[in-house]
Amino acid sequence: MTDLLTVTDLTVRLKMDSGMREVITGTSLTIASGEAMGLVGESGSGKSMTAKAIARLLPDGAETLGSVVFDGVDVLALTGDELREHRSQVAVVFQDPRAHINPVRRIDDFMTESLRTLRDVPKGEATKRAAAVLEEVGIDDPAKRLRQYPHELSGGMLQRVMIATALLSEPRLLLADECTTALDVTTQAEVMAILDDLRRERGLSMLFITHDLELAGAVCDRTTVMYAGQVVETREARLLHGDPLHPYSAALVDARPDIDSTADRLRAIPGRPLSAFEAPSGCRFATRCSFAQDSCREHDQVITELDGGLVRCERATELRGKVREGAHV
Amino acid sequence: MLQFIAKRLAMLVATLLVASFAIYGALYLAPGSPIAALTGGRTLPPEVMAQIEARYHLNEPFLTRYWLWLTAAVHGDLGESIPLHESVNTLIAQRIGTTLQLVFFTAILIIIFGVGLGILGALGRGSVDTGVLFASTVSAALPAFAAAVILQFIFGVTLGWFPVIGTGEGFVDTVKHLTLPAIALAATSVALVTRVTRTAVREELDKEHVQTAVSRGLPWSDVVRRHVLRNAAIPITTIVGITIASLIALSAVVETAFGLNGLGAYLVQAAQNKDFAVVQGISLVLVVAFVITNVVVDIAYAVLDPRVSLGSRAQ
Amino acid sequence: MSIEILDPVADVIEHAPDTRRIPKLGFLGWLSVAVIAFALFLAIFGPMLAPYDPVVGDLSYSDVGPLAGHPLGFDYQGRDVLSRLLAGARTTIFGAGFVALVAIIIGTSLALLSAWFGGKTDTFLSAALDVLFAFPGILLAVVAAAVFGASLFSAALALAIAYSPYVARVLRGAALKQRAMTYISALEVQGFGAWRLTVRHLLPNISALIVAQGTILFGFAMVDLAAISFLGLGVQAPNADWGVMVSDGKTSLLLGYPLVSLSAVFCIVAVVAAVSFLGDRLESNSKGGNR
Repeated sequence: MTDLLTVTDLTVRLKMDSGMREVITGTSLTIASGEAMGLVGESGSGKSMTAKAIARLLPDGAETLGSVVFDGVDVLALTGDELREHRSQVAVVFQDPRAHINPVRRIDDFMTESLRTLRDVPKGEATKRAAAVLEEVGIDDPAKRLRQYPHELSGGMLQRVMIATALLSEPRLLLADECTTALDVTTQAEVMAILDDLRRERGLSMLFITHDLELAGAVCDRTTVMYAGQVVETREARLLHGDPLHPYSAALVDARPDIDSTADRLRAIPGRPLSAFEAPSGCRFATRCSFAQDSCREHDQVITELDGGLVRCERATELRGKVREGAHV
Repeated sequence: MLQFIAKRLAMLVATLLVASFAIYGALYLAPGSPIAALTGGRTLPPEVMAQIEARYHLNEPFLTRYWLWLTAAVHGDLGESIPLHESVNTLIAQRIGTTLQLVFFTAILIIIFGVGLGILGALGRGSVDTGVLFASTVSAALPAFAAAVILQFIFGVTLGWFPVIGTGEGFVDTVKHLTLPAIALAATSVALVTRVTRTAVREELDKEHVQTAVSRGLPWSDVVRRHVLRNAAIPITTIVGITIASLIALSAVVETAFGLNGLGAYLVQAAQNKDFAVVQGISLVLVVAFVITNVVVDIAYAVLDPRVSLGSRAQ
Repeated sequence: MSIEILDPVADVIEHAPDTRRIPKLGFLGWLSVAVIAFALFLAIFGPMLAPYDPVVGDLSYSDVGPLAGHPLGFDYQGRDVLSRLLAGARTTIFGAGFVALVAIIIGTSLALLSAWFGGKTDTFLSAALDVLFAFPGILLAVVAAAVFGASLFSAALALAIAYSPYVARVLRGAALKQRAMTYISALEVQGFGAWRLTVRHLLPNISALIVAQGTILFGFAMVDLAAISFLGLGVQAPNADWGVMVSDGKTSLLLGYPLVSLSAVFCIVAVVAAVSFLGDRLESNSKGGNR
């Protein structure tokens, strides 16, 4: 499999009231054709911004360094028509579907807009295709739904509409940004299942962004964990969940309550997640890491290969197999 | 949708009923007897007084009188002005044209400049936006009579570009005569509409659904037209409607300042002369116009925003 | 993985009115306050400061321009313009203040009643307000002038009544929001009565908005009241009042002596601009959580 997307050394700074603030530092990842990559992190980790950088949706005034290559094309250098073409190749499914659909236009207008405007597909044909995709995502009576307005559909249905719309333009890469977070658990499972099925059917690559490590593990081929704007681990999804390399990944796994066991307290990671610009020099996770030593705090951590995965921790080899709860150094 | 309109029309009728009752009833709040109020305190020969009593059914209960007045009004008969011995209808008909022309002209100014500048400010570069903000702040500080006086002085007296008094004959002349009054009347409204438009478009630009449209690779002009402006049209139409409705009362000030023979100016004169029938008649006309305009705004809002009339039927 | 805990204690702390903090106004904001303070000063002391009689003039000085000791010249009745401006501040500003105050009192009461009792009371009051909305302020003032005779009081009262529905509508929304908050329910459960809850808890939390609305209203009231006096239906000539002065000076202006009208216009515009700016600032502060 060739790499469809290659992100190398991506650094992003955003314009905030207090000045330019770095939110992503030297991040690299690759996604192969047809591969699903999970991108996991807490708020401020930079995961959403990474997706936005790939889709060229960063806010005004943002500074981007490094490179993003999609299908051989330098994404960061695109302008005008080529940029629009790129955007139609990379479909984004956002978190809150209700906020992302224009409330005053009908569903069929929303779904077919891209086809009609960019690919000159006549309205009748576009509507037929939209109806077909709606059925694929499990919506009954698509003809009726197409004539309705967004406020007449539930959140779960709207998210399916968003996914269907994303698929309509036949993209090569799907960016799902916390697309199930706003839904209740049952609907979440349904939507995830649909996403997974359709993705495999069409051979789509996917970048699945979530704060839920386990969810990523269930759906993705590989998972990348980010903290404070940096990649801290990239590994095969199931392995990462069962056998994490980085203390942060391990803490994330441990923090999820286990239904089979009882506990007096929920295990939380002490402190709060940092953004890139708030992080100290040296290892950015050191302030919350139970394995941190002085050397960690002194050296900026670099990515190294370990057991088929990538990890940013100088103690990774040493801590192999011992990072999860109960292990003491 | 039809249900919504029907509901709104029902409310309109109810409001007008109560309002007309209040207008009619106001007469009886006046100190002294109704006859004194109607005649404005003038003494008239007994036969005339008897005629007035008969005409205005002053010997009958209040509600009957109100009903008679209302039914006559609905049929187009607004009574008679006692001091002038003329039907109120005639007096109104003579002047309503001027007021309508003025309000129409002003409305066009408000829409073109208010909405236009607002969009310009929201979509344009920083310097354009600052310019628009500055212009609208200046404009906002000029209430109608202030603007009227200033405009009269600068453009009428000093520069002599526009006439300062009267209505003029023929189309071009009328336009010339109404230019300064329309600008004076429009000043604060333009400022308000510019501000609301600018805010509405700005807010819409930041909305997520606009980001979605951009993320799908749609051309910016399409995004602006179909998503930003289309959605911003909702609050913009509302504020334009409201400001135009407010012109109805404000026209009195500008008409007086520029010596225009319109309904508003005449209302003021009638109030000063205590010509009660005229005051009632014109008030009714103005209130009806005002309420109808507001209902039109409500309906336009419902047309533009499907969430309003259809309600939420989420499954 | 995150659990949202409803924290009633935090709710209370967050929503206790913070009356000690000075509002953030910025340079222009404080400038506006200065202008308003100066206007208030003139309103109170103006007539006493006027060097010449503002009401009775010397006709031989009719429409004469600025002279020594008369920096703004004379009006058509030979009265010193500066003196008239100083004296006129009183009716203009206090009149507007009266309107704003009464409108706020009526509007707030209606809003609180609507918000507290809800249901039928709310529907009824909203319908009543809808009717009141049908009457533009100036129209009501003109009718009042016709019925009761032209005077500042009738005009001011009419305007106040016409403004109340706007106040009521804005405050009703805010009051409803407060009413629905958990800390009110918590206090209700403890047995506190409606009156006490409304006055001691609900009211202070919308007070910032009330002050903002009052300020904005004051600006509108000043303009409308001056307009009504301009029309001859408010303050009556020969009293000094900025609105009356604008009207007085019109003939002089058309003859090329604009100072009377323009100086009055300038004063009105300056105060109204200051008040509008301040009102806007206060309103955005009250919404932006500057507590």
